Amino acid sequence: MLDAKAAASGDSALTRPVALSAEGVWKVFGEHKARFARRSLSERSAEALTKDGLVGAVQDATFQIAQGEVFVIMGLSGSGKSTLLRCLTRLTESTEGRVFYGDRDIMTLADKELVKLRRTRMGMVFQHFALLPNRTVLSNIAFPLEVQGVARDKAKARALELVETVGLSGREGRFPAELSGGQQQRVGIARSLATDPEFWFLDEPFSALDPLIRADLQTEVLRLQKTQTRTVVFVTHDLDEAIRLADRVAIMEGGRIVQIGTPEELVMQPATDYVKRFVAKVSPARVVRVSSLMQPSADATGGAGVSANATISEIAPLLISGPEEISVLAENGRPVGALNRMRALETLAAGA
Amino acid sequence: MADTFLKEQARARSIGDWIALPVLIAVIFAAPFFPAVLTSVPNWAILPVSNWVGEGLNWLARDAGIGGVTFADVTRALAAAAEAPIEWLKIVLAEGWVTGAGFNKVQAAPPLSWLGVTLAVALVALRLSGRGLMLLTLVAGCYLALFGLWVSAMTTLASVLLCVVTALVLGLAIGIRAYRSPRTEAFVRAVMNVMQTVPIFSYLLPTLLLFGYGPSAALFATVVYALPPMVHATVLALRSVPQETLELARMTGCSRAQTLWKVELPVAVPRLAIGLNQVVMMTLNMVIIASMIGAGGLGYDVLRALRRLDFGAGFEAGMGIVALAVVLDRLTQAAAHNQSTQAVGLWRRRDTALALALLIFFTLISFVIPSLGLWPDDLTLTTAPFWNGAVSFINREFYEPLDAIRTAMLLKVMNPFRDLLLATPWTLIGLLVCSAGYWLGGRRAALTVAALLLFIALTGYWEPAMVSVYLTILAVAIALAIGLPFGLWVSSRPRLHQPVQLVLDTLQTLPTLVYLLPAVMLFRNGDFSALIAVVSYAIAPAVRYGMAGMKHVPSERVEAAAMSGCTPWQTFRFVRLPSAMPTLLLGVNQTVMMALSMLVIAALVGTRELGQEVYTSLTRGEVGPGIVAGLCVACIALIADTLLKSAAARAARHEGDIHA
Repeated sequence: MLDAKAAASGDSALTRPVALSAEGVWKVFGEHKARFARRSLSERSAEALTKDGLVGAVQDATFQIAQGEVFVIMGLSGSGKSTLLRCLTRLTESTEGRVFYGDRDIMTLADKELVKLRRTRMGMVFQHFALLPNRTVLSNIAFPLEVQGVARDKAKARALELVETVGLSGREGRFPAELSGGQQQRVGIARSLATDPEFWFLDEPFSALDPLIRADLQTEVLRLQKTQTRTVVFVTHDLDEAIRLADRVAIMEGGRIVQIGTPEELVMQPATDYVKRFVAKVSPARVVRVSSLMQPSADATGGAGVSANATISEIAPLLISGPEEISVLAENGRPVGALNRMRALETLAAGA
Repeated sequence: MADTFLKEQARARSIGDWIALPVLIAVIFAAPFFPAVLTSVPNWAILPVSNWVGEGLNWLARDAGIGGVTFADVTRALAAAAEAPIEWLKIVLAEGWVTGAGFNKVQAAPPLSWLGVTLAVALVALRLSGRGLMLLTLVAGCYLALFGLWVSAMTTLASVLLCVVTALVLGLAIGIRAYRSPRTEAFVRAVMNVMQTVPIFSYLLPTLLLFGYGPSAALFATVVYALPPMVHATVLALRSVPQETLELARMTGCSRAQTLWKVELPVAVPRLAIGLNQVVMMTLNMVIIASMIGAGGLGYDVLRALRRLDFGAGFEAGMGIVALAVVLDRLTQAAAHNQSTQAVGLWRRRDTALALALLIFFTLISFVIPSLGLWPDDLTLTTAPFWNGAVSFINREFYEPLDAIRTAMLLKVMNPFRDLLLATPWTLIGLLVCSAGYWLGGRRAALTVAALLLFIALTGYWEPAMVSVYLTILAVAIALAIGLPFGLWVSSRPRLHQPVQLVLDTLQTLPTLVYLLPAVMLFRNGDFSALIAVVSYAIAPAVRYGMAGMKHVPSERVEAAAMSGCTPWQTFRFVRLPSAMPTLLLGVNQTVMMALSMLVIAALVGTRELGQEVYTSLTRGEVGPGIVAGLCVACIALIADTLLKSAAARAARHEGDIHA
């Protein structure tokens, strides 16, 4: 079944090369950091840290992100998700651990190399937009290019291109204060993409926006990701957002990553009670994909069918009056199996 | 755990109180029987600090130097360097290009036309704020020109402009340094705290010694005086830049310089603009005072009129200062407001062209029509005779009631209180003040207060200090008695908020010297006039904090009181007043600071306290006594500050609030 899944999604996250990997990243706050360094890994329980007067904001974070994957870090406020993001980008110096971009550990980069890495390969979107109030939309978007000395007309042309991409045409001369929150974050997104980075970091980018705008911008992110695929690290406290955007989600609790998995894995096989309570209200049909329920068969007939990558709720209308066996197609249109209608309906009913 | 600790501390304190109180009372009753050493500071104990300071500074000014270059050379070079831009600005704004001297004096070129300058500034006012400010600017400009104050006003403005630019550049540089290094910041803050309590005259003394009488000495004194608020504003403004914006700078790979110039400073501009407004107003105040050491301008006109007792001329020049102050304040405030509301594009390129055209056109025309360059003397309006007449009329017709008020106040209240303070043994006053410090703020506060008191006693300024204290206490009491209730009353009438705020703002922009004029016109020289001037200056913060205190009362508490069936008076007495107490105490503190800074200026109308000591030293050029007496004023201010801030903190703890 696993093989089938890999085959069905054609280009699964797991088969692509690793773009970013974190190994045993720790970030502790407190006065007695020396005590922390003396402790071996097994002695670093939450209680032990508290006893030493330390707070473990990020504890032993280890994971790998594949090229082009959307990796969502999710947790409640105070769980350490934003700190983890800042350790990955080295906006915060982590206490221990390594973060590899390709084969270079960002922790060991000299200032010059770090600046170069950030200027050319990284883009970041901030929770409160972090727009420069004294600059127009166009000038804000061109800012990263200006900083690295790109010629003015070249930077302007690129910025205009991005204005169009994020749907702000005609507003390039406005100042941030003249825009709505959603529009401001569109500027933030455009700015983060100005240098066409490989790595795209988004720190709770939509949590300051109201629900309708939030949905619009999530669509925008999905659209951008489809046309120009990047390696994305997306921090959020919103489970719905995580499910909608993520290839894989890392759930954090009190500084620790408690589970990493696809939305489907989180909902169907929660690793801890905490995760279970977290995902309890998610209906399985929203995360279970056709590929997980189908019977693989190599000789299925072509023609009409559903995508193996679609979720059950996405194909729900077809289940009402469709045939008992619905044929399933891979992304390239090749038939890969058949979906039993009743099985799908059972999944749909499970969350109701 | 903290709870039991507090309880134990409270118990220890209450036991202490039980022992201390009877002892204190006993000491008070024993006071008349104190030996002489304890009643007045013995001569042998007085340290010749003022001599040391004087000699030290004189040595610095005359003999100090490294490798052939004396300190005096350096200061002289600095003075010369500062002289040039002042002269240049004066030529452009005030006097025009003059060749020859005495009877051969020929004006080769007129200064910028008054009409041109007024119209250009009015255009700026129109663009930045609107028609109201434009009208105000036009009226102020015409007033200055028609009443023959233009040259003085432009001389003052030239100094203000130069000082503001210098203070701005230096303040930014120091502020950026302090923002980046916590150690520098701590140092700068300590220096600034003292600098803000040292009376304004004391700034004049060292500069007078180092740079000599003249505009450049005034420039240096003013820049030093206006620097602390600019540094403070810079640090606060830079610190207000959001964390995320700084992260943006790092993520886009900004260099240190790029971060500063492209991110931090532009984002901080709205707050810097507010700081700039303060700096402009402080500069104006200081430039007016600095006319004593040769800054000239409107301040000099007022001083000269005061000396000649020509109240009319003084009043007119005073109104000129008011006009200049109000326009400068409103303009810089409008600029700051536009910055913080992101109102942009108000000033366009063709506005610059228009303003320049106005300036050049009217200046060129003034070659042909001189009255457009400078309003001719024989056409000058004056209301001085009217005001002089009014003053003599008041003094003739209302002499008796005015004099009765003055005499009654002097004989029944002021003199007895002063005599009581002077007669009280210095040790007893010290003991009482220190106990108050201990009771309000613990051992630290008590020790601070004791050290400051000892400085005053040991430098030999105890008696004039007590005179200062008596005037300050009376003035503060009156200002509070009028200001606080008024502020409380206004706070419950939202419609009055804005007009009262406007009046308060205007009052606080006026340079201190202006406040002396009405008092002297009505009550002549002496302590009573000084008292009136100090009260009228110190009343603004009393009203302001009265209003602010009530605004801070959490509305839920008021609603809870209403639902418990409190009468309005009960709500006030049991809910509003206790909640507002920390803010009100800070208001008292502010009032004391304002009163002290005004008291020193009031030395001009003939008081006999520390301010007078500073002022006489200034006129005699005795640096040592002037500086030490000035430091004594600072000590009084710091004592009041320590006591009242401790009291406010105590009240805030008591209320469980954190906002104080």
